[in-house]
Amino acid sequence: MNNFHYERVTDVDTAVAAATGAGNSYLGGGTNLIDLWKYDLAHPEKLVDLNGIDELKEVTELPDGGLRLGALVTNNKTAYHPTVQERYPLLSRTILAGATPQIRNAATNGGNLLQRTRCYYFYDAASPCNKRVPGSGCPAREGHNRLHAILGHSEACIATMPSDMCVALAALEATVRVRGPQGERHIPFADFHRLPGEKPELDNTLGEDELILSIDLPARGFADHHTYLKLRDRHSYAFAVVSVALGYELDGEGKITTARIALGGVAHKPWRVPAAEELLVGQAPSEDQFARAADALLEGASGFKHNTFKIDLAHRAIIRAGAMAHDPSCQRPGAKPSL
Amino acid sequence: MSSPHQIQLTVNGKTQQLSVRPWVSLLDALRHHLHLHGTKKGCDHGQCGACTVICDGERVLSCLNLAVMKDGSEITTIEGLGQPGNLHPLQEAFLEHDAYQCGYCTPGQICSGVALIEEGHATTREEVKELMSGNLCRCGANTNIIDAIMAVKDGAHE
Repeated sequence: MNNFHYERVTDVDTAVAAATGAGNSYLGGGTNLIDLWKYDLAHPEKLVDLNGIDELKEVTELPDGGLRLGALVTNNKTAYHPTVQERYPLLSRTILAGATPQIRNAATNGGNLLQRTRCYYFYDAASPCNKRVPGSGCPAREGHNRLHAILGHSEACIATMPSDMCVALAALEATVRVRGPQGERHIPFADFHRLPGEKPELDNTLGEDELILSIDLPARGFADHHTYLKLRDRHSYAFAVVSVALGYELDGEGKITTARIALGGVAHKPWRVPAAEELLVGQAPSEDQFARAADALLEGASGFKHNTFKIDLAHRAIIRAGAMAHDPSCQRPGAKPSL
Repeated sequence: MSSPHQIQLTVNGKTQQLSVRPWVSLLDALRHHLHLHGTKKGCDHGQCGACTVICDGERVLSCLNLAVMKDGSEITTIEGLGQPGNLHPLQEAFLEHDAYQCGYCTPGQICSGVALIEEGHATTREEVKELMSGNLCRCGANTNIIDAIMAVKDGAHE
């Protein structure tokens, strides 16, 4: 662990200016960054503590009927926010499926998007890892790869993005509002995280020194029909082996008008295939229809020694999530699926 | 080397000035600077919950917070919840329900349980279990820990 400098800021412009320079990092809740520093995997020169920036701690209504989630609002405050619970229960449930109350009380919305993979080799400073040390190799391909990708992986990297929250944000088509030295821009959620390709060291498309200001939700929240199905190796406090965030809207005849499906635990980013969602439009929700969508969503999937089972698991999880979404009331946190 | 920062923490009702380097965790500040050894260092990586304290009304992991981040905060540790002869109801319930063996995770369990009851999000036993998942007990007293929390939550200990 290295020593570092610390600066607390109270406004965004000062934060961006203070973070400019090699080795400087923004500090939100610190739940991942401080852990990475303790493992000698992150080596900040200076931490710029954002927790004094009150304007990023608010949840506000947007004129288009959407909701703005400040980057520094904690995961727990977001999940239990009355508006989020009422209009975006998919997001609330998804957040509560991740981590623990203590971690969610510290972890921020912006930080959740930036957490690093939990690939065992990334976390082991003694191992090669193309994400940590580009060009050093990827022991996960031939090693322990149960939690690893079955979609969108590359020769260089088969890591997965570990967040639950981001899977719901992908399904909700959120927008990430950021500011950097060049000014402010809005990144569609689908373009925020990236596939590893030949540059696995880059988890996302955030520019150097850019700061996440908020996550903006569009008006459509799939409050009537949604679910987050998380399959993991123990009942609580574990990362997803496979997860599904799924929502749809029905017309007066019970036919689907809009559907969204995002997968977690299977790729370097939340996995969405809009063409798979289109297959559901005009159909009544049924096992067969969700199976068709699952086929399209998992097209091209390929596994490794310890995770090939996830292709079948994901397929079944999508079908089951489709059934669960019909009646979200059975999905209280901690409740076991009743199907 | 970065110079020390002067911070103020109100711990268990007592306001204290500390001089800490930026990399000192809240846990180390409590244990080493303030000599409050009730809060335990288990994994030091946010996985076990032994270091749980209540900070500005919310349960947090003191190992994953830097002390400088909490400048101006009010913190309650196990020492602030109760003392021998004047135990917190949840401490009484832990005794009654035999909710520990080695006791190492107990301060974190009790701080977490007190905050859980205060939060009011858990109604059923299943929900209490889910919202206590951040506190591990390697002795396996979990069933009795949940019993103790349920008893206090449902008003058996006032």
